[in-house]
Amino acid sequence: MSTAVFKIWRGDRSGGEFRDYATEVSEGMVVLDAVNQIQATQANDLACRWNCKAGKCGSCSAEVNGMPKLMCMTRLSELPLEKPVTVEPMKAFPVLKDLVTDVSWNFRVKKKIKKFKPRPPDAPDGTWRMQQQDIDRVQEFRKCIECFLCQDVCHVLRDHRMYEKFIGPRFLIHVAALEMHPLDTADRIEELRNAQGIGYCNITKCCTKVCPESIEITDNGIIPLKERVVDDFYDPFGWFWKWVKKKLKG
Amino acid sequence: MAEYETHEHDVLIIGAGGAGLRAAIEASAAGVSVGLVCKSLLGKAHTVMAEGGIAAALANVDERDNWKVHFADTMRGGQYVNNWRMAELHAKEAPDRVRELEAWGAVFDRTKDGRILQRNFGGHKYPRLAHVGDRTGLEMIRTLQDHGVHQGIDVHMEQTILSLLKDGERVVGAFGYERERGRFKIFRAKAVVLATGGIGRAYKITSNSWEYTGDGHALAYEAGAELLDMEFIQFHPTGMVWPPSVMGILVTEGVRGDGGILTNKKGRRFMFDDIPENYRTQTADNEEEGWRYCQGDKNARRPPELLTRDHVSRCIVREVKEGRGSPHGGVFLDISWIKKKLPNAEEYIKRKLPSMYHQFKQLADIDITREPMEVGPTTHYIMGGVRVDPDTQMSRVAGLFAAGECAAGINGANRLGGNSLSDLLVFGKRAGEFAAKFAKENSLGNVDNAKVDVAAREALAPFEQSRGENPYELQQNLQEIMQDSVGIVRNETEMKSALEHLGKFWQRVKRLGITGNREFNPGWHTALDLKNLLTVSEAITRAALERKESRGAQFREDYPNKDDALGNVNTMVSKAADGSMQVRREPLPEMPDYLKQVIDEMK
Repeated sequence: MSTAVFKIWRGDRSGGEFRDYATEVSEGMVVLDAVNQIQATQANDLACRWNCKAGKCGSCSAEVNGMPKLMCMTRLSELPLEKPVTVEPMKAFPVLKDLVTDVSWNFRVKKKIKKFKPRPPDAPDGTWRMQQQDIDRVQEFRKCIECFLCQDVCHVLRDHRMYEKFIGPRFLIHVAALEMHPLDTADRIEELRNAQGIGYCNITKCCTKVCPESIEITDNGIIPLKERVVDDFYDPFGWFWKWVKKKLKG
Repeated sequence: MAEYETHEHDVLIIGAGGAGLRAAIEASAAGVSVGLVCKSLLGKAHTVMAEGGIAAALANVDERDNWKVHFADTMRGGQYVNNWRMAELHAKEAPDRVRELEAWGAVFDRTKDGRILQRNFGGHKYPRLAHVGDRTGLEMIRTLQDHGVHQGIDVHMEQTILSLLKDGERVVGAFGYERERGRFKIFRAKAVVLATGGIGRAYKITSNSWEYTGDGHALAYEAGAELLDMEFIQFHPTGMVWPPSVMGILVTEGVRGDGGILTNKKGRRFMFDDIPENYRTQTADNEEEGWRYCQGDKNARRPPELLTRDHVSRCIVREVKEGRGSPHGGVFLDISWIKKKLPNAEEYIKRKLPSMYHQFKQLADIDITREPMEVGPTTHYIMGGVRVDPDTQMSRVAGLFAAGECAAGINGANRLGGNSLSDLLVFGKRAGEFAAKFAKENSLGNVDNAKVDVAAREALAPFEQSRGENPYELQQNLQEIMQDSVGIVRNETEMKSALEHLGKFWQRVKRLGITGNREFNPGWHTALDLKNLLTVSEAITRAALERKESRGAQFREDYPNKDDALGNVNTMVSKAADGSMQVRREPLPEMPDYLKQVIDEMK
């Protein structure tokens, strides 16, 4: 049994500071174990979110040694323990207390995205038919655990604070999952371009790098969506064809 | 009296996992206003951890499946102390509830002809679990969440309910606090649905998160409802055992459904050594047949690894106790062996069990496509809970409903894997429907402010003794006692001593002290949750003492056999007028002939 030092940010809306906590570490421990141990023995009021402790719920997001991580999936053996381990809250969201941030903006954004609207059922019993290969991509996006680490690291949100103009990678992936769902019939392209600000993403792929579910957010999700926007709004043939379709329908 | 922030809803739902969300959707679809209280953020509830799938007799993979087979499987798994009516409704309605999820955007894995794929699971005769790899719970909660938020449900995130409010004999709301500022709140409602999940945190080794402190069980008990069959706690046979920090984290039964085998340190498939009588005709008697079953051979019987969870857990305990366990006190669960059978085994495992692959790789440095896992039993689920009307989900307290894990009846003495997610959907919907109906027929009641003030003072008491006892320490002591004395193997002496400890813990709860202020203070939350944990721990222990037999998940070494007389009763815990906890036995409701016939046919 050896001891390691954790430099944990303590504070609230009005400010705070890093405080050092020395705690015993044992084989196989993750950062969340250390934080929970410190909470139980030295700082009962240390605020942090966690639930499943298995990388499935996306609650314990924080920045560990400056990297956005799920605390429950970051093993101490991956970190240099001869130096203090810094643990601080996500920076893209306002701090509530200690490691807990106000992520309510994400829930408000999601509510504004047009909901799933399936085509009429394929079979008389009210069911649909889909081939596995046609849903593989959507299932990749639906692995998202809403940890918001991609939002945390996205410079449009983190540095430029464009919360009113840009929905961030998490919700671009959500829109992609809906748009690429074989049964869905709603059209979200106009909002993507305007209210949801897909144009602000300049494909630096930071989101993809931090995704704990290894979702190819940029390549598989955002880029194809950008192409759809381009097809709809900037391709003259596409534009003309849409105009014709509209006329015919009208 | 103090002023409290007050919210009014027709229906208040406490808990936002599968059952709570499904109830909220149903109630709001019925046209009433709905408030949904979650202890954590929306979408983080324990349902998200469910891996294997949703049991429903869709018959997409095996056309012989139907509600009758599902019903008979559920009753057999529950050792026939299940509420027959709930088991019937569940088996009949689960397929519609699954199809509905698809209409709301869920993307299940597919069969070759494009329908919802179903997988094998313990105790289910045919492949029955609709699933998405091994992250079915995430798919379910996300689908319900995304559908629900468009329905105008008011979601109150990170809030905890401390007590239910009554007007005479009727529940008329709830009192609680919000985590962010630590402020108290009153929720007034015409009907209240409890959907708070389980009690796993009463034990040291558990697959449950910090939230599962038996809140709904304790709230209902305090409000005058009965708790049914609290002795039946499911110890899931396969939790991680190493490294120590991940002990208890779940390893899905899907590993065994897809061909995984259990072996001891000698390499023996010990599950073949003990196949219970009532499963003998359904269980393979050789390894070859077991493998054929996992590969979809309809003429093969299922391997003994897929016997019910209570039995598999006990076999693992036996192997470990008799010195045949793995290095870290478990047994081996091996899926990598299938490379002998399948050319593309590695890819197959990663596709079928992606999060298990991920979990072991990241947390234990083990590549499950190459080497076996080490597993052992972990506290997973409580079959017991609030006694409810099987059709409406209302408890004996007017206006108080319960659904999902915190309600009881469907599972009897042991729950089959996959029956939980379907239970959440079927009875979550029913609770929402009947709570909405109740709300339409009743008006808002009166809240007794004096009682609220008392509850508020009680909740703040720990702040007045900053040098009091550490709540985490008490929680840990409680978990150790329950683990050691009211665990998988029980006896009267140990349980009586556990009761004595619980008595002392009740005294210690009064001496708890808190540091810091009311804003997002987990020490305070732990102190408040402890009362619920103590209530359920006492109920579990008293019910377990009352059932002097071994049945399903309850194994008593002092009464190692089933007792037919006790096979006809449920245990019932309730609060007496003097405040003490009472236990009694109640005869099972009589099963109608047409269902008896179904059970006979399926024997």
